[in-house]
Amino acid sequence: MNERHDDDRVPQRRRFLECMAWAGAGTFWMMKGGIAQAAALGGADAAADATFRFVQISDSHVGFHLAPNPDPVATLRETVAHINAQPQRPDFIVHTGDLTHLSKPEQFDTVKQVLSEARVDQVFFIPGEHDVIGDNGKAFFDRFGSGVSGGGWHSFDHRGVHFIALVNVLNLQAGGLGFLGTEQLAWLKQDVAGLSASMPIVVFAHMPMWSLYPQWGWGTQDSAQALALLKRFGSVTVLNGHIHQIQQTVEGRVTFHTARSTAYPQPAPGQGPAPGPLKDLPAAQLRKHIGLRDVYHRQGQDAIAVTDIALA
Amino acid sequence: MQRIFRIAAASLFAFAMSAACARAATPRAYDVHIHNFHFEPATLTVPAGAQVTWTNQDEEPHIVVSTGNRFSSSPALDTGDHYRATFAKPGTYTYFCTIHPQMVGTIVVK
Repeated sequence: MNERHDDDRVPQRRRFLECMAWAGAGTFWMMKGGIAQAAALGGADAAADATFRFVQISDSHVGFHLAPNPDPVATLRETVAHINAQPQRPDFIVHTGDLTHLSKPEQFDTVKQVLSEARVDQVFFIPGEHDVIGDNGKAFFDRFGSGVSGGGWHSFDHRGVHFIALVNVLNLQAGGLGFLGTEQLAWLKQDVAGLSASMPIVVFAHMPMWSLYPQWGWGTQDSAQALALLKRFGSVTVLNGHIHQIQQTVEGRVTFHTARSTAYPQPAPGQGPAPGPLKDLPAAQLRKHIGLRDVYHRQGQDAIAVTDIALA
Repeated sequence: MQRIFRIAAASLFAFAMSAACARAATPRAYDVHIHNFHFEPATLTVPAGAQVTWTNQDEEPHIVVSTGNRFSSSPALDTGDHYRATFAKPGTYTYFCTIHPQMVGTIVVK
């Protein structure tokens, strides 16, 4: 559902993003005052101007052991090594869910242990549907929910940006998609009520917050209500996981990005029988389709820059 | 000639009775295959007292959860895992996967 604006910058940005959605590793583009601008990866201007950066990883699926990746712990470890090897230390890492494959205690413990190898001050985790199997997320929140009350959603401010962590993988209904629920939406309403419209907003949620491909459950039933609460803000960036590939869209002043997995890719919408692992992918190709994302914020210029990096 | 017919009829009757007894001794198996994020068949009709076995053939885990909690939910089923439930009472039992809620199935018990 794309809103139409009289603002002629919007079609230009949307067209550019449609092209850039196909770009793989090494894409570096920036939103600045509503205009998309491209730059080569590692361009000096971007690095020098960035106020802070953080890293998004997603869908590590520890406990998975089949084709095309029989060892997702190893590729998670490689991802952490990649983060540690970069010249600039990120302010934090956010894991946008599906840490584990089966919500088992030893799987959570492994994820926690591998991420403790990252040279970073903080790591945040939000749950995926694979992390809340059979216990409504108790094992997840016992480990990663400190300081979080209610249903596990929370927000925090960091260097002038307001971060919102949503949980859209609980209380899923038969035949439905991701789900936020009235309690979470009520919390969101009061959370953003007092914020200036010029404050950049970044939203984390595991399942896509737009209706990307409902046939495969790729969407959130009540995300429109959440986005209505964010409509007045000048810059909103939504970072999702779940689908193990990069997809992007723009709705008004909201930019949505889904992320690669650190474990295995899944088919593009409708390009296969089901949203399962791409099991026929040759081993030599795997690392081109998994990886991490750098996110830069340039203070005072309302710009969020996203760089997707594959492991190979 | 009549004697042959009588023997044949008796044999047929005996055979039919033993076949019926054999059928009662080994109940038919009812299977739902979980494949490509679908329950196959999506609707399965069984007699009262039937046992249904779900088998996960996907690389992703799935769970069988009764809508309205009318039969016990399965644990998380990894690839190759089975789950069995017996349906004593006639009725229509819908269920879904709580990990992938777009997956919906129905057991019709007659």
